[in-house]
Amino acid sequence: MKEDKSPNLERKNGESPFLLTRRQFLKAVGGGIIIFFSCGDLTAQERRPPGYQNLPTDFNAFLRIGANGRVTCFTGKVELGQGIVTSLAQMLADELEVPLDAVDMVMGDTDLCPWDMGTFGSMSTRFFGPPLREAAAEAKAILIGLASEHLRLNENQLIAKDGVVMDKSHSGNRVTYADLVRGKSIEKHLPKKPPLKNVSEFTIVGKSVLRKDALAKVTGKGQFAGDIRVPGMLYAKILRPPVHGAKLKSMDTSALQMDKGIQIIQDRDLIAVLHRYPDGAEKALSKIKAEFDLPDAKVDAKTIFNHLLNVAPEGEMVTQKGDINEGERIAREAFEATYLNQYVAHATIETHTALAKIEKDRVTVWASTQRPFGAKEEVAQALGIPSQKVRVIGPFVGGGFGGKNENRQVIEAARLAKLTGKPVHVTWSRQEEFFHDTFRPAAIVKIRSGVTEANQIVFWNYNVYFGGSRGAEQFYDIPHHRELSHGHYTGLPGAHPFGTGPWRAPGNNTNTFARESHIDIMAAKVAMDPLEFRLKNLSDERMMRVLKAAAERFGWRASPAPSGRGFGVACAMDAGAYVATMAEVEVDQDSGRVRVKRVVCAQDMGLAINPEGAKIQMEGCLTMGLGYALTEEVHFNGGRILDRNFDTYEIPRFSWLPKIETVLVENSGIPPAGGGEPAIVCMGGVIANAIFDATGARLFELPMTAERVKKAFQRR
Amino acid sequence: MIEIIRFKLNRKPMQLTGDGERRLLWVLRSDIGLTGTKYGCGEGICGACSVLINNKATRSCLVPVKEIKGKEVMTIEGLVRNGRLHPLQKAFMDHDALQCGFCTPGMILNAYSLLLEKPQPTEAEIIEGMNDNLCRCGANVRIVQAIQSAAKEMRGGGRG
Repeated sequence: MKEDKSPNLERKNGESPFLLTRRQFLKAVGGGIIIFFSCGDLTAQERRPPGYQNLPTDFNAFLRIGANGRVTCFTGKVELGQGIVTSLAQMLADELEVPLDAVDMVMGDTDLCPWDMGTFGSMSTRFFGPPLREAAAEAKAILIGLASEHLRLNENQLIAKDGVVMDKSHSGNRVTYADLVRGKSIEKHLPKKPPLKNVSEFTIVGKSVLRKDALAKVTGKGQFAGDIRVPGMLYAKILRPPVHGAKLKSMDTSALQMDKGIQIIQDRDLIAVLHRYPDGAEKALSKIKAEFDLPDAKVDAKTIFNHLLNVAPEGEMVTQKGDINEGERIAREAFEATYLNQYVAHATIETHTALAKIEKDRVTVWASTQRPFGAKEEVAQALGIPSQKVRVIGPFVGGGFGGKNENRQVIEAARLAKLTGKPVHVTWSRQEEFFHDTFRPAAIVKIRSGVTEANQIVFWNYNVYFGGSRGAEQFYDIPHHRELSHGHYTGLPGAHPFGTGPWRAPGNNTNTFARESHIDIMAAKVAMDPLEFRLKNLSDERMMRVLKAAAERFGWRASPAPSGRGFGVACAMDAGAYVATMAEVEVDQDSGRVRVKRVVCAQDMGLAINPEGAKIQMEGCLTMGLGYALTEEVHFNGGRILDRNFDTYEIPRFSWLPKIETVLVENSGIPPAGGGEPAIVCMGGVIANAIFDATGARLFELPMTAERVKKAFQRR
Repeated sequence: MIEIIRFKLNRKPMQLTGDGERRLLWVLRSDIGLTGTKYGCGEGICGACSVLINNKATRSCLVPVKEIKGKEVMTIEGLVRNGRLHPLQKAFMDHDALQCGFCTPGMILNAYSLLLEKPQPTEAEIIEGMNDNLCRCGANVRIVQAIQSAAKEMRGGGRG
């Protein structure tokens, strides 16, 4: 990604090339074959900000084949570790018939890449993949057309392979893509959908290949936003209130007045010290004496749930079928429970970072962000300048998980660059990261359900509060059900004492924990094996298939819970994928500590572009998911965040590792589903169910800390 | 206090003049411009800033530069020798032992130090030795595999 061999697209007159006319644009790009296409759903396209109205609405990505034969894909998506720098290149190379290493990805640069909504929701491969392949197929068709003239042969006599077009019957009669492109300047919009290769014809897609970013990342050369250096840059440290909602009462910077290397900036809410070294700025900040008016703490980890229920808005319908009252009437037995989860941090190892540089009236920002184009708008707004004057570059991002949709640090760096007239670098400390993170919200799920004499689930009355609707959809075969979602995961004013936002598979971890726990409660009550009970109440073949695949690998033997074995099962749908997870746990009866010994996860994600990459994402999900299941909760009192570092906020470590086994359930006839999130969503439910199977104690709140497990023992 | 600090950095002699209390992490990243060493937590908890000091993995966010006088410091940038990747780097690539890549330099250097101490580590020893390096993407399983495979490669005549 850093080896940008793309043409120089420096702005003319300070304008982004996407504001140039087509003719100027083509000239700026430097010729070759260019295919414009659009990716993502159309609603996303319609959501582009007003400033972009002048931009082409008919494409948001393009690929170019240069006269050197190299192929470049320009996209506003960013590489967060999810591997799209590789999987997108694979799709492009396969369809275009070029070697994978002939493809360069230019990502997340708002000047070089067309507008893009952002990198989240496991959408890159799902929504970007198909149009990218079509664009590549179109480029290949153009190349074959050119080759037909060049070789004086009918197109149907030609075949493309490894960047060469050749005569099918005389492979020596050939011409390279580079030779065909040289001196040409062809611009084409993706017309009607060109024919694509069949899955059986793939030579690169579906194969496990070396990550394109691996070399840069093992040598320390891969650049993250914090690694960019520009002459004259200053490092900033920003004065933070001790509590969300606190107001600055007084400030004394006299201890810094003798220090010539320090610059102090106070601009409304933004108070910062700047120094040529990051540690210099940090030291200076510690010498500022500031007093704040602190708001009263109104909620804590215990009272937050009642508070949220009190302020929750009316529910919005997620899915519905039949008549709940009718279901209540038929049911032999009803089950009612409330499920809770605490706030969870993103806790990426790279904290929010940005470097902003202003030259004349043009702003360039390098940022760790999942939304470069969003950041561009936000910077323009904060500085009161047209967004055409802002360029945001997203280098490698050190983890996102939804947390880097929030661009606060980008605005801070840009404002400080304007105020000081110098390039300014902002890297949040770990404590700032815990303070300003937009947490996965505390949320509540209430479920009332019932079963018939025949152990069929006959009704399901579901309400989720502030968790989000993703994953609340019903996929069990229930004649009478209604799922309502009250309030979004971004919260409402007055709901949460600090910021909340999307967290890997937003909503679904909360919803799946509740649903799958509740299913298990019913299965246990009717003394059925939990897998058997699920299969009995499902008719979705794909879900049944992943459950059976997981069971086969796990070696599941039927028994009603609690069996004492510590086995759990959970299943879910997320981002178009089907997931079933089984786990084995060991629970210490004295301490309540849970150790997950083994996790098996089966996933049907349609066509897997890079199967090894997909499995890596699954392993990552399963490992990360141990955290929110067992330990991760943001400790707080009102707007005060008590966690400052990884000592009290415990994320998974090597010593927690269970034996992890992943199974990709083949389904290559179906377009790719998302892969970066689905496998995490079962982790709360599967571990809760395994704890019950081991001990007979049911957990209703995430995370399932040793303390909560011990409390659950007492309820047995 | 302004001090002169002489040490070896990635096998080359180096001299710094400055405040000896400053932490090695920031000196490496901002003064020297070696940005492969990452800031993750600033308190020695996460291991993203690990470097080798006299071949022992050390949290550079905690080390005042005056303490490296006369010592040999190696960062991730020094691991490639004569254009050849170290077996650990190769193994991390081959095993896809990274995702976002931010913790990777610290992981590799911590593993380097571990393998010097225990050239034939058991899986349990690898887990114990790596336990204080945090990876948020969850590449842990592959990191263990990569270290096992690099250890084997290094014992089989590769350089150590």
